[in-house]
Amino acid sequence: MKLPLKWLKDYTDIDVSPKEYAHALTMSGSKVEGWEVQGSEIDKVVVGRILSVEKHPDADRLLVCQVDAGTGPIQIVTGATNIKEGDLVPIALDGSSLPGGKKIKKGKLRGIESAGMMCSIFELGLTKDDYPDADEDGIFILEGEPAPGTDIKEYLGMNDTVVEFEITTNRPDCLSIIGLARESAATFGTSFSIPAVTVKELGGPVEGKATVEIKAPDLCARYAARVVENVRIAPSPRWMQERLRASGIRPINNIVDITNYVMLEYGQPMHAFDLENLKGHSIIVRRAEAGEIMRTLDGQDRKLDESMLVIADAERPVAVAGVMGGENSEITPETKTILFESANFDGISVRLTAKKLGMRTESSSRFEKGLDPENVVNALNRAAQLVEELGAGTVCKGVMDCYPKKAERKTFPFDPDSINSLLGTDIGTDKMLDIFRRLEIAIDEEAGTVTPPTFRRDLECEADLAEEVARFYDYNNIKPTLLEGRAATIGGKTAKQKVMDLIAQTMLSCGLSETYTYSFTSPKVFDMINLPQDSPLRKPIVISNPLGEDYSIMRTTTIPDMMKVLATNYNRRVEEAKLFEMSYVYLPKSLPLTEQPEERPVLTIGMYGDVDFYDLSGVIAELMEALGIGDYELEPVKDDPTFHPGRTARLTIRGANCGILGEIHPNVAENFEAAQRNYVALIDIDPLIRNSSMVPEYKPLPKFPAVTRDIAVLVDDGIPVRKIEKVITDRAGRIFEDVKLFDVYKGKQVPEGKKSVAYSITFRASDRTLTDEEVSKVMEKITKALMNELGAQLRM
Amino acid sequence: MREQLNNIKLEAEKRLNQAGSLAELESIRLQYLGKKGELTAVLRGMGQLTPEERPQIGQLANEVRSFIEKILEAKTKSLQEKERLSRLEKEAIDVTIPGKRRFIGKKHPLSIVMDEIKEVFIGLGYEIAEGPEVELDYYNFEALNIPPGHPARDSQDTFFINDDFLLRSQTSPVQIRVMEKKKPPIKIICPGRVYRSDAVDATHSPIFYQVEGLVVDRGVTMGDLIGTLQLFARSLFGEDTRIRLRPHHFQFTEPSAEVDVSCWSCGGKGCRMCKDEGWIEILGAGMVHPNVLRICGIDPKEYSGFAFGLGVERTAMGKFNIDDMRLLYENDMRFLRQF
Ligand SMILES: [Zn+2]
Repeated sequence: MKLPLKWLKDYTDIDVSPKEYAHALTMSGSKVEGWEVQGSEIDKVVVGRILSVEKHPDADRLLVCQVDAGTGPIQIVTGATNIKEGDLVPIALDGSSLPGGKKIKKGKLRGIESAGMMCSIFELGLTKDDYPDADEDGIFILEGEPAPGTDIKEYLGMNDTVVEFEITTNRPDCLSIIGLARESAATFGTSFSIPAVTVKELGGPVEGKATVEIKAPDLCARYAARVVENVRIAPSPRWMQERLRASGIRPINNIVDITNYVMLEYGQPMHAFDLENLKGHSIIVRRAEAGEIMRTLDGQDRKLDESMLVIADAERPVAVAGVMGGENSEITPETKTILFESANFDGISVRLTAKKLGMRTESSSRFEKGLDPENVVNALNRAAQLVEELGAGTVCKGVMDCYPKKAERKTFPFDPDSINSLLGTDIGTDKMLDIFRRLEIAIDEEAGTVTPPTFRRDLECEADLAEEVARFYDYNNIKPTLLEGRAATIGGKTAKQKVMDLIAQTMLSCGLSETYTYSFTSPKVFDMINLPQDSPLRKPIVISNPLGEDYSIMRTTTIPDMMKVLATNYNRRVEEAKLFEMSYVYLPKSLPLTEQPEERPVLTIGMYGDVDFYDLSGVIAELMEALGIGDYELEPVKDDPTFHPGRTARLTIRGANCGILGEIHPNVAENFEAAQRNYVALIDIDPLIRNSSMVPEYKPLPKFPAVTRDIAVLVDDGIPVRKIEKVITDRAGRIFEDVKLFDVYKGKQVPEGKKSVAYSITFRASDRTLTDEEVSKVMEKITKALMNELGAQLRM
Repeated sequence: MREQLNNIKLEAEKRLNQAGSLAELESIRLQYLGKKGELTAVLRGMGQLTPEERPQIGQLANEVRSFIEKILEAKTKSLQEKERLSRLEKEAIDVTIPGKRRFIGKKHPLSIVMDEIKEVFIGLGYEIAEGPEVELDYYNFEALNIPPGHPARDSQDTFFINDDFLLRSQTSPVQIRVMEKKKPPIKIICPGRVYRSDAVDATHSPIFYQVEGLVVDRGVTMGDLIGTLQLFARSLFGEDTRIRLRPHHFQFTEPSAEVDVSCWSCGGKGCRMCKDEGWIEILGAGMVHPNVLRICGIDPKEYSGFAFGLGVERTAMGKFNIDDMRLLYENDMRFLRQF
């Protein structure tokens, strides 16, 4: 909402700098976005009258003009073609400045002296919206009879300061000059009054000239209308145009400008119909019929439905109520009789209609917040007064006012103590009452109740009053306290949150940096990761109004997002990336969604560069150690099409599947234009939390020495070392302490299809020193088992 | 013989003192003290001596031996020390060559900020509450005093799944879920991911993080809210940080406020960061609306509460001087490694 400060002064006398004004209003709750001093960049530009126009002797396209700029004739050379003797034009004098920091100096054009420049609207920082009639390519020919030498800013009314407010949705009353003036007066403690509106009503009685009927009283609380005859459509006066322009509204003609002017001033949207084009001279407020079509003022055909409220005449809709008028009853230069509408429409209905039709207007954005029905006739009378003032027509006697159910004012209790105890303040009752009076809140001191005005529908309970008190007291005068004297709470993280922290901490320790990616994605990613057609992951939650297909489904896997991150880094020539993300996948339990989906926490790891599978499985090993999970296995996976068939493992904890890790399949890597080899893990976090034991179990340090024996065996290449290890640990008995793989060798001296695997096995007893004999016995057992169960051959 | 021994003594002493290496010392030792050494040879000739001379010469021989041994020992020690020194000198390395690094991973700036916030509030006795991102319309709007058709629904540009489900546009539904289940006193913060349909640009992201806080108890005042936010701003942005509250409107709080902190870049004097205002808006806050308490089964006559919320991205961007929000979700290693 834009407020020209000169307009404000019609209602209250505030004389402070724009900065002070902006600060004070912001702190009392009307947030100022900024302000603009109009024409602040324009200097030494005046009105000039063209005395003569001659051709330049040496240039066909230039004209040499003698101009009266208030201080006697000066000579100006111009390339414009739209000027003639007698025209009044803006002259930028020698040493003047124009918007954009442009400086004008006198000089010679093709040898002829020019003492300045004639300006177009653009050169003055104006647009066609400000002056629709101005010549787009030529000099701005001024209307009216300004005296030569008049400052152009003063003449065009460009010397006002316009303050722009961001008004919250609960205060539609502040979407008006009067509302802002009331707030300003309450803020500065100045007096505030609305000048009395009187309408002469020189025309005949309105009865019989038109009828008004509300057929949908649930959506229209009030509809008032006046009729104006002998209409003379003409431009509105300069002062009105200036105020409209300052408010960001383009002047059109006197009647339309009046409706806009009153909307800005009173916050009540209005509309003017050409009464002669209203069939039956009747106004019927009703729901649209399904399939009804109306062309709105912007020239578009709008398809209406039964949920929408329209203004209709005897035959057809003539306006979408509160949103936009129809072309069929539009004001034209030929209009002779008009009907002014001032009405109160249901906010929700207007909002939904505007949304459905995709046309949010100045009018609809006011109605949707809920306007005051009591304001309807005031605004209508103000419009009638302006018609008379502007000589735009003859106002008929009387108002047609359909107001089936008068708006009720809500009365509720007011207790200064409970306001103080909510705010933590000690504000006197008198001070509170003074604030209420300035806001036109009626007070019944005996009953201990207040009754807010109808334009403050946001005031419904004591908490609302507390805000009114607090904002004029200034929030920042409330003494800060810290819940003193209240019961202490312990606070802290849950066990689950602590495990999540530990997982992240372990990833960081392993050298992985943390990433954050979007949780919605494109359905195309399923093909990119070669996900089988029948995978349940291909049935995601779909967003009904996404930002585009790329962001249209909730992810069911994080592998594509990690691949994208890896690819982004790879394509930016980052040599190596080691990353992880703690996030969620969104798994619907039913589609369409009828119950809350599972939001499953997952850990995603991704890396490329100087790394291999064992860097990845090493991270998993660290994680398991950190979480105190000993009972886990990695089992080869050959059939997951996202991954390399020979370099992928499933993570199981106590036999239950908890995730997958491995090298990304080269086809998938290609789909993402990623590095040749990428290592990715996707691990479910819930089983990690379930199986973690956060308090490590202490075992006493050994008192007796250990015995270590090495063993090397030849086995089939396909046997995973983990299997060999299991045989060793199974047979090593009670004196077993540890087994370490120290060599895997294929090649020379090892037959095709075989590999040599070497372990060092540590034995120890907690109560004695082991004898050689004891250990040799166990080693023998182990060797036998390896030979019998795995067909191993002992190597030297 | 006596003379012989004295000669040996003098000669050995001279040679030992001139010796420059341990090897040389060893050969000197062998020459005089070894089994075939000169001293041994002399002693072997003792048989020819008279019984009176024997003990005297024997004693002298022992004296000479221990004299030589003593010098030998001292000399060995000093030579050993010298050799070690020279070895250490040779082992000198260039200590300015970069160390062998393990490159610990870096926490994401959003996590850094959220962890800091959590720490502050845990210290004040708050718990951390979480809730679903795919949320019921009821929790995201209705229970927050935003009935169907209310214009506040438009201002949040919500992503919808269907009529009942949406992607939460704020973490406030978590507050409702907690209040439904728990009796006051309630002191929680709810960090989490929220969704609003803003196109991606330098200052907007359709997915971002909020941290909201909620306190409900008997006699909670707006002063308590202000005191809490002041403490919070100081711990997050430094001791000298001031806060400023401006009246605002939120459906689920009354009174409501927008909260500015004094600019962390200029301290309030005005600069580019704060657009010369000296203040930067980071929080929304207010006293929990009595309707919201009532909806959650808490009697507003008995209890009151405050709530506040801030955007994590904007806070992180301010704290770390990040000028483009997209960097936070792009995950370029060269960006991530800076935190
Ligand atoms: Zn600053």
